[in-house]
Amino acid sequence: MSDGAVTAPDLRVEAQALGLTEAEYDLIQEKIGRPPNGLELAVFSLMWSEHCAYKHSKKLLGKLPTEGPHLLIGPGENAGAVDVGDGLAIAFKVESHNHPSAVEPFQGAATGVGGIMRDIFAVGARPIAVLDSLRFGELDSPRSRYLLDGAVSGIGHYGNSIGVATVGGEVYFEGPYEQNCLVNAMCLGIAPKERLTKSAAAGVGNHLVLMGARTGRDGIGGASVLASAELGDDDADKRPTVQIGDPFEEKEVMEACLELLDRELLSSLQDLGAAGLSSSSSEMASKGEVGLDIDVSKVPLREADMEPFEIMVSESQERMLAVVEPHRLAAVDEVCERWEVRCTVIGEVTDSRHLRVLHGDEVVGDMPVDALVDDCPLYDLEPAEPQAQIYPAPKRTLTSDDPKEILLALLGSSNIASRRPLFEQYDSIVQSRTVRRPEVADAAVLQLAHDTGGGSTAIAVSIDGNGRRVACDPYWGTVEAVLECASNLACVGAEPLGLTNCLNFGNPEKPHIAWQLSRSVDGMADALRELGVPVVGGNVSLYNQSGDGPIYPTPVVGMVGLLPEAARAGGMGFVEEGYVIAMVGRPQPSLAGSELAKLRGEDLPTELPAIDVAEVRAHQEVVRDAVRAGELASAHDVAEGGFLVAVAECCLAGNVGATLDFGDADGDAQAFEPYLFGESVGGFVVSGPRDTIDRLADRIPLDVFGTVGGDSLDVRAGEPLLAASLADLKAANARLARVFA
Amino acid sequence: MKFGVVRFPGSCDEVDAVLACERHGDAEILWHGERDLHGVDAVVVPGGFSYGDYLRVGAIAQFSPVMEAVAEFARAGGPVLGICNGFQVLCEAGLLPGALLPNTELRFLCRQVDVEVVNAGTPFTRACEERQTLSIPVKHTTGRYYAPESTLAEMEAGGQVVFRYAESWNPNGSVRDIAGVCNATGNVVGLMPHPEHAVDPLTGSDDGNCLFASVAELTAA
Repeated sequence: MSDGAVTAPDLRVEAQALGLTEAEYDLIQEKIGRPPNGLELAVFSLMWSEHCAYKHSKKLLGKLPTEGPHLLIGPGENAGAVDVGDGLAIAFKVESHNHPSAVEPFQGAATGVGGIMRDIFAVGARPIAVLDSLRFGELDSPRSRYLLDGAVSGIGHYGNSIGVATVGGEVYFEGPYEQNCLVNAMCLGIAPKERLTKSAAAGVGNHLVLMGARTGRDGIGGASVLASAELGDDDADKRPTVQIGDPFEEKEVMEACLELLDRELLSSLQDLGAAGLSSSSSEMASKGEVGLDIDVSKVPLREADMEPFEIMVSESQERMLAVVEPHRLAAVDEVCERWEVRCTVIGEVTDSRHLRVLHGDEVVGDMPVDALVDDCPLYDLEPAEPQAQIYPAPKRTLTSDDPKEILLALLGSSNIASRRPLFEQYDSIVQSRTVRRPEVADAAVLQLAHDTGGGSTAIAVSIDGNGRRVACDPYWGTVEAVLECASNLACVGAEPLGLTNCLNFGNPEKPHIAWQLSRSVDGMADALRELGVPVVGGNVSLYNQSGDGPIYPTPVVGMVGLLPEAARAGGMGFVEEGYVIAMVGRPQPSLAGSELAKLRGEDLPTELPAIDVAEVRAHQEVVRDAVRAGELASAHDVAEGGFLVAVAECCLAGNVGATLDFGDADGDAQAFEPYLFGESVGGFVVSGPRDTIDRLADRIPLDVFGTVGGDSLDVRAGEPLLAASLADLKAANARLARVFA
Repeated sequence: MKFGVVRFPGSCDEVDAVLACERHGDAEILWHGERDLHGVDAVVVPGGFSYGDYLRVGAIAQFSPVMEAVAEFARAGGPVLGICNGFQVLCEAGLLPGALLPNTELRFLCRQVDVEVVNAGTPFTRACEERQTLSIPVKHTTGRYYAPESTLAEMEAGGQVVFRYAESWNPNGSVRDIAGVCNATGNVVGLMPHPEHAVDPLTGSDDGNCLFASVAELTAA
């Protein structure tokens, strides 16, 4: 064993610099029976980082339901997958790239998209759609605008260039994300079920083949240095730990991998993400219960003088690792050559259960696979509910009590304003599946006609999260996020099949963050059990905090659903003059924790009202069935900004006005505020012909109180409450355009 | 009737183009590394980011073997349609006049726009009406059409402006609202909007069908 001149006491210090505790360092010594050398320490520090080992979250994640009738691949693989009929599977996963994006937003976001796409084609699915979930500080901060602009450009650059549609997403602006922006990217892929591939390495003597880009010094230590520690003042110095993406290379690697899988030339496939070769190889070996020998001198390099440890931990993008039987190697070479993809044998499968790293004939590292993958200590959280709300009140930006001014302020607020200036930077239509583009429906809808040979089915997908609501109440706030996602699917007529999540939280070693995390996971688990939707996989991003404090706790959920008929997919825009408008469901709107409360600078409450999840589920089913039956002309779930904002959004999407009348109330605008602007889940604004809407009343609580028509939104309650022209609504709602002007 | 759709490394919309062509005839992919056009009746150079659009958009593709064959096919009068990156490639290859510059906003833009047919006499517009408005999406960063004034005057006089963005729909600052042009003989047409993404009302519009129908009718006649 050789490793330069670094001695054991130095390594103990080095271990801490790499993010390991003293106890963890001692445990590594015990597991390998001697002090680790520098390379081994580097590999262990990554494999035992929060990002790779989930050491603070694994126990909690066990609470989430992971079984369901449509499930094909559950958590643990590169991506989960569900059955969508006709012999087809949809693979999907969401992943964070928060810390890299906070340091360098364009490449951070771009490689986030690139990384999640590799997860999808690693399981044999062709990426067909991307969604993103973004969080930044308030828009009046130059840093937030810089991060927003960079992240949106980066997402577009990668997705557009590779030919995968970005079909949806969400973005919120809140003070606690000022230093720690969130960039979560979700990708969906489609595959014939039999092409779904696992990553377990198998077959002693088989070749380990590295495909794709050369390995360089980019992204060294990304998982430990960036993703598993709090951000600080020296973040600019961390730029070398951010990877650089090349979508052109990835497209070729993707096409080559899909052809190789189609022709059954690979025994297994895994992408290289966080911790590069170290994690991809040890995870493949662990799943296959085998060992691997890797000769780093065979790895094609960008820079000739790279050290073995650098080669093992580099996070250079656009690389895949495959296991290939020797007699298939020539055919693999031929496919890769045609796609102009580099393909190099760098090692072989052994029966040693060790990951041995060689440099030519010299062994430069030798680690038991179990120690790397399974023996990282798991920590119990020590949750403690804080005595008071830990987040400061937002800055007050609205003083008016006038309902029209409130409505326009909400429509123009950073969290509600039209996202068109962002969506227009993404190709939302490539691959010819997009039946519902962004902002025309609550969920994106993708037809499968070309995949099923003319079938009528479609899938729907939505990604949701609302950190401020979770900050108010981690349990009920998370329940709301899950239910809102399911409501979005219901509004286009889709039945949820599975969910992927990304848990973005602060430092879990702090008791109040541990409390947020555990309450949030409890809420998610309970809501999903009631909905009957399994988690197919996901990602955890912790340590999202800086000197200014933690981010809002932000569980992000992405749900995939199925529609029998693409042609019946619902939309949110009002369609036809004269159709009646109704609120269906039984929401319990309140102003506490709402967007209006934020604009008024009110303190965040410390709890949200409880929700009858079973009832919301039943109402979602009624809406879904009505959309599928073509009974509704439009359907939109009531979310941020409350009922009146939802109605205004239906007007804007349909480019038509509406008249609402709440009957003989006393016209006291104040009394109407909770009803008009309060927030809750379980409410839907629907429109349609009078008789069909009336018939819905047998199945769901329903109030008809308006009519589609005209070119303004008029609201009366005994006497006029407000009247706003479509032009006013549009102008208010277009506020984000200025950010990109 | 058989369409050939070129596939370069980095092409993105070739499958969409094949799907659109198949509504009007047969279609097959033409591999960038081959000179053989497989006896196709018309060639589509599709959208995407050929060769990563490194160096300059559309600049490298002209040197691929398939483009040598496409240029020869075009010179012999064969109908060739360049869409988006394909339009850029045909301009770079000298098969079409002018050039595509970065959008005035300097951003990628994906938007459904109204496009007016100016010349309904080309092989790709003969099934359209003159002045007919088509709803077709654009999606590009480098779509601002440019040609020197003297060239533009010749083009206008010779009917080489084939498509214009309808009034107030110019998304990228193209000179004289030009969305698509043809060569002097009219058989090579290029446009920035994506007619292959406008062939089905379910996905937004079917106005783009007339481009593919035009050439299908022509070769059937």
